[in-house]
Amino acid sequence: MKDKRKNAIENIVKSSSSPWMDGSGSLADVVVSSRVRLARNLRDIPFPHLLEDRSAKEVLDRVSGTVESVNKKGTWGELTTIDLSQVSALDRQVLVEKHLMSPQHAEAGPGKGLATREDERVSVMVNEEDHLRIQCLFSGLELDEAWITASGTDDLLDEGLDFAYDDTVGFLTACPTNAGTGLRASVMVHLPALAIGDEVSRVLAAVNKLGLVIRGLYGEGSEGKGNVFQISNQITLGQTEKEIIENLSLVAKQVVAEEKRFRENLLKARKSQIEDRIFRAWGILSNARSMSSTEAVRLWSDVRLGVELGMMPSIDVRGINEILVLSQPCFVQRTVGKELAPEERDIKRAELIRSHLRG
Amino acid sequence: MCEECGNRQAIVHVKTVQDGRQVVMNLCQECAQKKGFLNIFLQPSFSINNLLSALLGSQVAKMPAVESSGAETRCAVCGMSYRDFARAGRLGCSDCYETFEDRLNPLLRRIHGSEKHVGKASAHSGGAALVRRELATLKSDLATAIAKEAYEKAAEIRDRIRELEKAPRGEKS
Repeated sequence: MKDKRKNAIENIVKSSSSPWMDGSGSLADVVVSSRVRLARNLRDIPFPHLLEDRSAKEVLDRVSGTVESVNKKGTWGELTTIDLSQVSALDRQVLVEKHLMSPQHAEAGPGKGLATREDERVSVMVNEEDHLRIQCLFSGLELDEAWITASGTDDLLDEGLDFAYDDTVGFLTACPTNAGTGLRASVMVHLPALAIGDEVSRVLAAVNKLGLVIRGLYGEGSEGKGNVFQISNQITLGQTEKEIIENLSLVAKQVVAEEKRFRENLLKARKSQIEDRIFRAWGILSNARSMSSTEAVRLWSDVRLGVELGMMPSIDVRGINEILVLSQPCFVQRTVGKELAPEERDIKRAELIRSHLRG
Repeated sequence: MCEECGNRQAIVHVKTVQDGRQVVMNLCQECAQKKGFLNIFLQPSFSINNLLSALLGSQVAKMPAVESSGAETRCAVCGMSYRDFARAGRLGCSDCYETFEDRLNPLLRRIHGSEKHVGKASAHSGGAALVRRELATLKSDLATAIAKEAYEKAAEIRDRIRELEKAPRGEKS
């Protein structure tokens, strides 16, 4: 049993590919992925930040038991629960780099666990800020799909776990900013043309005014890396899940339309310049002998724009997206199997990217 | 002229205070960007968590001093006081919502613009929430049935909706 669990995590961390980056789903030429997260808690048990080791472990055992009974039903695929204290610090970071859990969840702590479905579209963080954080991640703009999957997972787990819920306030969460639906929906958008046109701040300000928040690729503090931005809802109470999802979809579609308008203009006014930039990026990615992750993500953005504009016949969205994970510091070290000094890492990273692009 | 590169025209003027003295830097756009001075737009200007700490700070400031002398209300399940919550930004357990209802409700209203959940209900909640959940499902089924022109089924669903809407709702208000 333990081996089976270890293998499941092993398979996830050793692959640079994930279903959320396969380029499927709608508007995938601008929207990288869609995510829905539900915060849930068990009744009558203190929230994780107050839990002692033993009680935290009990929470994890209860979740793990319920996941097993969901697995037995056979209607929801196979979820594997793992105690994160059994996973190396490096592998925990890789799980973050693959967007399966939050950076905070990678820090050591009592009873922290992660359940993942084999397709990586469903994952459940146990004992993060709340007892459970159900996450569903899909490629492209597929918030409806992500919500349906998250809600289905929620129903199945609720049967066995009895979530803390109040008729007035709704689902009760550690931080009142998540109370009610416990729902945080987000879309990751790639906005290179708006960035070239220096228009990102204008769009972001407009989105902010609508009560939505923008973060970078890996959460707060990583704003704008690779011209990737995450747009998500702030309000979780007083709106139905459907309203929240629809609002966000609507705003995302407008941002996509704006980005596409700028791409068209760019192609009209500065085609050869843009083409040159994209193919230079391609040249560096496929030939460099040493590369920092910042440079890799910057070049990734240029090449991805080329793929999105149909300029790169030799690579597809999935292929280019893998570079995002391949470039991350922990993934590089995981592949070598040991910790590396930054310079060694840069050399190894360049090598990984080169061999990935050679196919 | 830009003080950093000495090449381009300085169009960004950054005022900072260093050791109590005001220092002005004159930079070109490129150098200002490099130094991160033009990235203010990329910071989330509206963050619920910032709002929360501001609101909690003002709430606690208004709390009477006697409460700090040990007579403070504490949650029976986790032992947390409202002051602890204000410090941590997180409640102790789901029962805290009931214990501190009087102070949390206005806070929820200020954060979310509402204190009433209208979304999905837990299957265990019973009463009103279950009815609400069933109604939501029935209404979406009704729309689907009408779209598919399955009028007989639609009529059945409509009757069930009427029945539920007439029934007295909820044991818990």
